[in-house]
Amino acid sequence: MPPIIQVKNISKSYTRDSFAIPVLNDITLDIEEGEFFCLMGPSGSGKTTLLNLIAGIDKPTKGNIFIKDTDITLLNESSLAKWRASNIGFVFQFYNLIPVLTAYENIELPLMLTHLSKAEKKQHVEAALNVVGLTDRMFHYPKQLSGGQEQRVAIARAIVTDPLILVADEPTGDLDKNSAAEILILLDRLNKEFKKTILMVTHDPHAAEKASKIRHLDKGDLI
Amino acid sequence: MKIFKLVFKNAFRHKLRSFLTILGIAIAVIAFGVLRTVVTAWYVGVEATAANRLVTRQAVSFIFPLPYTYRDKIQQVPGVSQVTFASWFQGVYIDKNQFFARFACDAETMFDVYPEFLLSKKELETFKREQNSCVVGEDIAKQYKLKVGDVMPIEGDIYPGRWEFVIRGIYKPRDKTTDATQMLFHWNYVNERIKKETPERAGDVGWYIVKIKDPSKSGLISKQIDDLFKNSNAETKTESERAFAQSFLASTSAIITAMNILSFVIIGIILLVLGNTMIMSARERTREYAVMKTIGFSGSHLIGLIMGESLVISIIGGALGLTLTFPLIQGLEKVIPKGFFPVFEIEPITIILASIAALSIGVLSSLSPIQRALKMKIVEGFRFVG
Repeated sequence: MPPIIQVKNISKSYTRDSFAIPVLNDITLDIEEGEFFCLMGPSGSGKTTLLNLIAGIDKPTKGNIFIKDTDITLLNESSLAKWRASNIGFVFQFYNLIPVLTAYENIELPLMLTHLSKAEKKQHVEAALNVVGLTDRMFHYPKQLSGGQEQRVAIARAIVTDPLILVADEPTGDLDKNSAAEILILLDRLNKEFKKTILMVTHDPHAAEKASKIRHLDKGDLI
Repeated sequence: MKIFKLVFKNAFRHKLRSFLTILGIAIAVIAFGVLRTVVTAWYVGVEATAANRLVTRQAVSFIFPLPYTYRDKIQQVPGVSQVTFASWFQGVYIDKNQFFARFACDAETMFDVYPEFLLSKKELETFKREQNSCVVGEDIAKQYKLKVGDVMPIEGDIYPGRWEFVIRGIYKPRDKTTDATQMLFHWNYVNERIKKETPERAGDVGWYIVKIKDPSKSGLISKQIDDLFKNSNAETKTESERAFAQSFLASTSAIITAMNILSFVIIGIILLVLGNTMIMSARERTREYAVMKTIGFSGSHLIGLIMGESLVISIIGGALGLTLTFPLIQGLEKVIPKGFFPVFEIEPITIILASIAALSIGVLSSLSPIQRALKMKIVEGFRFVG
């Protein structure tokens, strides 16, 4: 079976004040389906940029990215948005929950883009809440939750559409040790129990221990 | 969860800010409504004019009289069906603050030429019969609690002396725009007294009102009338009743224009206020829009969210403003003397304009934040520090 993610000769550079600043240099990478893949590297190494490219929220300067059989570098913004909605679940370092929505409503947010009935949406949200163990907090607002709970809501939001790939950018970066451990256990469970392909970016070696494969980036080069 | 719920929640994320913005819009709509009502009230005299009526006045100025003898000559002009006349009497009723129009008119023909003044047959006959009688509009009768048989004493100024008129009829307005604040009495009664007291002023009338058979011939008939009196001591200027009413407004056109401009300036200011609020809101939510785009929300979703939020605020503000405008106008109607604005009420066009203005404010103020949200790249949105 071919890898679920195929990154082929990807380069990315940003232009600042008419200077091109290279961030990624000719990266080639395969990630197998069901893998818990961890990208590590110091700040500025380009790991978040690579994650963003694979997740389809940024475009490479050069190269191709195949997710299953789709070359996402060829998709326009609108198609890419639709593709992300059904294929990618995102977990951010700072949770990025909508403060005026309850935990339930935050998790329901991606389902607004689907044609599911109200009952089906409820079923999905409750299932996601159950997986992250927050059924008792579903009507709480983000400010009424701890950091760890917020991140669990964010994970529930990421998995509620049952995406192909879960991408997590420093998911434990803003959490205390205990909460971070809980999140890592949860991600590990999603990988092992629910067979989710996970691509995680971290600079925390402890967090990386859960991953089945680890690669390092340094100054835009995969080592 | 429907997208509208998210729109509504976003609109009231900062309750005080939203409340103040809504209040600002409501006040702007009230100000707009009041100013437009004043402007339409100003024009009500023009709206009440009839196409089949011409007004013949002294060519030099309206304040100079015309000889009574012109009447028969005008009546002979082809296309003229009836001629009546009136003189501005003015005078003081109770005190100088009690202003309403008082005219000495031709009792025999006045109500034929002005069918919009509804008077019962019995009242009209009595009015025509009694020389010292008068007819008042329904609004004036209500305001001063007058009834048929009451005597209205008027202290004359243009026509000096004390005048007493017995009310023999109270006319009702046929149309919404009909002025029901006039007092009409016999020109003959006034003229007979003037003959004795100041005979050199006798036999003069203020202006003629000429009822014509075919309004499309008003230009031709006007010319024919004016030609009759060319090179006389009192040349005439005949024009449609509408043009005559508009010429009255010409002297105040600067004020009306200023009020018109002001009403739209207010809308412009509130547009900036809501625009600023929306820009601030959208700026604060840059990361959220980035998250939503990441999740898969498209440009049209963001347009719906931002414009929806702006519209929620502007619609609530507009609705609140319009709701409060009605009692305010009713209150002002009671305070403003009837004689100044015979008809002072909110016109449907004012409601439509205010509603359009509120909706336009909602749409326009969201354009800049929408453009910003659409142009924003997701990765830049995540880097944004508000």
